[in-house]
Amino acid sequence: MANLNPKLYSKDVEQVPIRNGYGEGLVAAGELSDQVVALCADLTESTRTQAFAEKFPERFIQVGVAEQNLATVASGLAAAGKIPFVTSYATFSPGRNWEQIRTTICYNDQPVKVIGSHAGISVGPDGATHQALEDMAIMRALPNMVVMAPCDHLEAKKATLAALEYAGPVYIRLAREATPVVTTGKTQFKIGEAVEFNPGSDLTIIACGPLVYEAMQAAKQLKAKKISAQVLNMATVKPLDEKAVLSAAKQTGAIVTVEEHQVTGGLGGAVAEFLTQHQPVPQEFIGVRDRFGESGEPAELLEKFGLKAKHIIEASLKVIRRKRQLNVVSKIDKKKVSRPNKRSSRKKK
Amino acid sequence: MTIDQLDIKANEIRQDIIKMLVEAGSGHSAGSLGMADVFTAMYFAVLHHKPKNPDWEHRDRLVLSNGHICPVLYATMAHAGYFSRTELKTLRKLGSRLQGHPHRGTLPGIESTSGPLGSGLAQAVGMALAAKMDQARWQVYCLLSDGEQDAGNNWEAVMMAGKYRLSKLTAIMDRNNIQIDGVTEDVMPLEPVKKKYEAFNWHVIDIDGHNIQMIINATNQARATQDRPTLIIAHTTPGKGVDFMEDDYRWHGSPPGKVETERAPDKAEQAKVALRELRTLQGKIKSEHQ
Ligand SMILES: Cc1ncc(C[n+]2csc(CCOP(=O)(O)OP(=O)(O)O)c2C)c(N)n1
Ligand SMILES: [Mg+2]
Repeated sequence: MANLNPKLYSKDVEQVPIRNGYGEGLVAAGELSDQVVALCADLTESTRTQAFAEKFPERFIQVGVAEQNLATVASGLAAAGKIPFVTSYATFSPGRNWEQIRTTICYNDQPVKVIGSHAGISVGPDGATHQALEDMAIMRALPNMVVMAPCDHLEAKKATLAALEYAGPVYIRLAREATPVVTTGKTQFKIGEAVEFNPGSDLTIIACGPLVYEAMQAAKQLKAKKISAQVLNMATVKPLDEKAVLSAAKQTGAIVTVEEHQVTGGLGGAVAEFLTQHQPVPQEFIGVRDRFGESGEPAELLEKFGLKAKHIIEASLKVIRRKRQLNVVSKIDKKKVSRPNKRSSRKKK
Repeated sequence: MTIDQLDIKANEIRQDIIKMLVEAGSGHSAGSLGMADVFTAMYFAVLHHKPKNPDWEHRDRLVLSNGHICPVLYATMAHAGYFSRTELKTLRKLGSRLQGHPHRGTLPGIESTSGPLGSGLAQAVGMALAAKMDQARWQVYCLLSDGEQDAGNNWEAVMMAGKYRLSKLTAIMDRNNIQIDGVTEDVMPLEPVKKKYEAFNWHVIDIDGHNIQMIINATNQARATQDRPTLIIAHTTPGKGVDFMEDDYRWHGSPPGKVETERAPDKAEQAKVALRELRTLQGKIKSEHQ
């Protein structure tokens, strides 16, 4: 069992911004290692670096509105033995400073932890310029980079501490809005390991970030329709838990990926790239489809961009239909070719 | 319009800014209110433009680099006749043309998308280069903030404008001495900013950003400068025009006289509380710093 929040399906489930977990994790990391330093680019409070800055003022570095400098200075600090956590909004870091991250952090293989807050459409009224929808794609494409998208504030804290333990570059994406708490302190978490949040046999929903909650709601409603949906929490998008994805594809034969990100290059892309090579099965993608976000309330935007439980349910029904069609076709195919095949194989023997 | 009429217009714009921010429930109040006089001067006395024909090819270009102060841009554009003032109520709402940060294409009259800081000046440099190549009659005005001077890409553009002697380019900096994490000189010292721009071959003029006559005079001077780009440093008071802030709050940290502020233990803390009050319009809206 995944030890999830017992109130997960109740109306009064606690809601906490995912970024808060980073703030707590950062303070804990600072307590565990005095090599931890935190850098921020004029967004200390909203990225939740504030508590660390107050507790360890001598280890907090304000770089101003200068995200390229943020990443590059952090690389230098790491080269001299520090473990830097650098924080801004994801559109600016890793958005604006991608090449600096590529060369000075990833290619140099320095243990800089890049934290992108305010990722996803749920940023809301600030609009498209502030809604990072491509960050996982650009980070996932970088050699040496680990990419994590925690589903709630508790998991964000665990991811932050795991990033401290991990010796190389890490990217963690965080969300702004209060998000329903899916996990508990006891829910297991390890870089690179998917966790089954719901068992199921008809299809597998693979989700990351705040939409894991929507995936769980979808699985519950699908159950009422007599459809058994497995839910995998894929908190680490890179390295992908290939074992978990492979066995899901083999067992359920139908996949829906769910992320608050462009459908290209993120979690869905990672799963599809892997499965086409090893176990091709029908896959549906929940995510943003090659467009920019816009201003609006977070809930309105999730609805408009098709990221709610009901959209996951539609995608699930569709992927199951596709799986059945495929099964029918493959049965017909087998009938057609079975005799000559058998004959030829007998001949061989 | 006379200067008196322009002052009245600026205050009407301030009132609309507060109304639209409260209606939206979030957004940036301090810089928007502080720049109302500059925007009024620009749209009602300086720019050659046709609000009913926003794409008029000979229009002066106004690039807002610090897009978060778009409430003042939208309110001024509405007053100038680009669109109806009733639309101001839609700020930041789903489907609105008044996006949380301005988007080129959504709202006619927006020259460029902004919000991510530090990118406006380079675009203005591109426009001014094109204007120079084409011997166009229009000017390029780029509105900048002091916080975004931290960004390296801003200085790449500063250096380049000096290289090409882009006299058609005028930058106007909102020198309000604050950014999100506090006072600019604490976050990332900027002074002596005038000397820095001059060293890059710019003509620099310091003005009171609330004196509309001075704003107009400075832009005239900039147009008359034929061999260099001009930077107008507009010294402004963040939150200008809001009674509970204006007279009591200065960038160097006098409190606005609220009980909560008075209780704050030291000067730095008082300034922080004052800023919080201002940014949230006394708790009426959500601010980005939160
Ligand atoms: C590239 C980039 N980094 C960070 C931000 C977040 N941000 C928005 S406003 C702001 C403060 C900048 O200072 P200034 O423009 O002087 O603010 P104001 O005086 O209007 O309060 C910051 C850091 C941003 N918009 N763009
Ligand atoms: Mg400022």
